[in-house]
Amino acid sequence: MSEKLHLDPIACTGHGLCAELLPELIWLDEWGYPVIEDGELTPELLGHARRAVDACPTLALRLQRERAARRPRPAGGGRPAGRTPSY
Amino acid sequence: MSLAAGQFPRLLAGMPPEGFLPLAAHEALHGPLPLSGRSRSRTEHPLILELERAGVRGYGGAGFPTATKLHAVATQGARPTIVVNGAEGEPLSGKDVLLTGRMPHLVIDGVLAAASTLGSDRVIFALDEEVRGVARVLQQALAQRPELQRRGAPAVSVNAVPGGYLSGQETALVSALGGGWAKPTTTPPYPFERGIKGVPTLVSNSETFAQIALVARHGADWFRALGTTNDPGTRLITVSGAVSYPGVVEVAGGTTLRQLISASGGLTEPIQGVLLGGYAGTWLSPDDLELRLDAHALRERGLRLGSGIVVLLPASACIVAEVSGVARWLEQESAHQCGPCIHGLQAIADALEELCGGGDRRGAYTRIERWCELVVRRGACSLPDGAATFVASALRRFRPVFDDHARHGACDLCRAERVLPIPAFDAVPVR
Ligand SMILES: Cc1cc2nc3c(=O)[nH]c(=O)nc-3n(C[C@H](O)[C@H](O)[C@H](O)COP(=O)(O)O)c2cc1C
Ligand code: SF4
Ligand code: SF4
Repeated sequence: MSEKLHLDPIACTGHGLCAELLPELIWLDEWGYPVIEDGELTPELLGHARRAVDACPTLALRLQRERAARRPRPAGGGRPAGRTPSY
Repeated sequence: MSLAAGQFPRLLAGMPPEGFLPLAAHEALHGPLPLSGRSRSRTEHPLILELERAGVRGYGGAGFPTATKLHAVATQGARPTIVVNGAEGEPLSGKDVLLTGRMPHLVIDGVLAAASTLGSDRVIFALDEEVRGVARVLQQALAQRPELQRRGAPAVSVNAVPGGYLSGQETALVSALGGGWAKPTTTPPYPFERGIKGVPTLVSNSETFAQIALVARHGADWFRALGTTNDPGTRLITVSGAVSYPGVVEVAGGTTLRQLISASGGLTEPIQGVLLGGYAGTWLSPDDLELRLDAHALRERGLRLGSGIVVLLPASACIVAEVSGVARWLEQESAHQCGPCIHGLQAIADALEELCGGGDRRGAYTRIERWCELVVRRGACSLPDGAATFVASALRRFRPVFDDHARHGACDLCRAERVLPIPAFDAVPVR
């Protein structure tokens, strides 16, 4: 059950609290908005990540299961058999 | 009579010199439209399978596989709403207006086929509020369709959405059609999960529906008879700049740029570059004319066709001034909701303007390059990603010209009339 930090850029107002609480994975750009590194959320970092999520005043930061935010993938059912899609 | 597999053009077959192709002529050309009806199986939809075999990918810009999208909507367990995205906010594009205004029955066919397969009870044609003539044509064409008079037919409306680059972005469109602002919303949920009024919503481009119509009628093998293995079929390209006949051309996948130019009447003057994919696209050198317009091959090379746009930039234009103007327009068109998009696009546009003016130009090239990297994937929509792609590609392709501006400021061509169109700004940008 790997979790990933997900930022809602519309909700984020650039308070920067999250970067203070999780500097290992979040840094602030020159306008004060967080950039989230792709790195792994190790068990040690997970606690800090939860704190950053809780501290965000606009609820812009969430921990999500890795797959939750994905676009739809071609589902197994309903695919023509014996033919690899060319795209 | 039915179209032969090698028939070309397809989408624009039978297009009259003016007005729209009437229903009778349309049916004489393509034959009757078979409607499959909603499939009993939740996972097996004959039309979706056929679209997958055909390899149809969306023509609205992102090139997402259409079968996958239909499948995702179909398995949500509710009657989906269908939105035909004809907003065409990209100033360099003219294909959706042409297709809807001149060949409306082909687009309607695709919508009816998709609605029948998905069991949709609601269809919305979204058009830019400024193209009222096209909306009237569409209303007339819809009134001619017996399928829409039958019991159980979906409710159909033609809705105007505000003009602007963002109106066609799918979550902005869904928001506008639901009575909200034409601004992107946070995803997830995506429209296919929860769209208009919370109902699963299929948002696809007008041309995509026209292609669906061809596959529903003639099948995947017919569809694949033109184009390449990885970019099957034909597509509409809007060509502008230094060609004799700017406008919309239909080409088969894999057509070379040189062939496209000659289909547009040839070059009118020497060119310094080619823009592929519009204001979210990439620049090529004038020596790349043998390049094949195969959407798949282009993607693999980091290039993109977007919604099918090619601009031949004449040598008499200043690339820095052109890119600067577009960057400012994109910055103004942003919904100003996400920090990196607001500040990043503004910084990029400011620095580009300084290259053509009097401000501090030292290190501008490197700064712009860095900002272009900094904004990518950090907005709620991909407007900043597209803008950064467009600007960064110009920086790379025309480095000496940018360097020259950084050293000496405006050039003689900076004040020339612009080639790349920029719609008039609102007097006061809505923030
Ligand atoms: C800034 C922006 C503007 C867009 N404008 C349009 C548009 O005018 N028309 C369109 O079909 N898609 C537009 N799109 C793409 C849509 O979000 C969506 O991907 C598309 O309508 C899906 O249709 P397709 O699968 O048939 O390509 C835009 C995307 C962005 C990020
Ligand atoms: S704490 Fe929340 S609002 Fe502040 S920068 Fe981080 S994510 Fe954005
Ligand atoms: S990325 Fe830019 S254009 Fe897109 S929603 Fe955010 S602010 Fe608006």
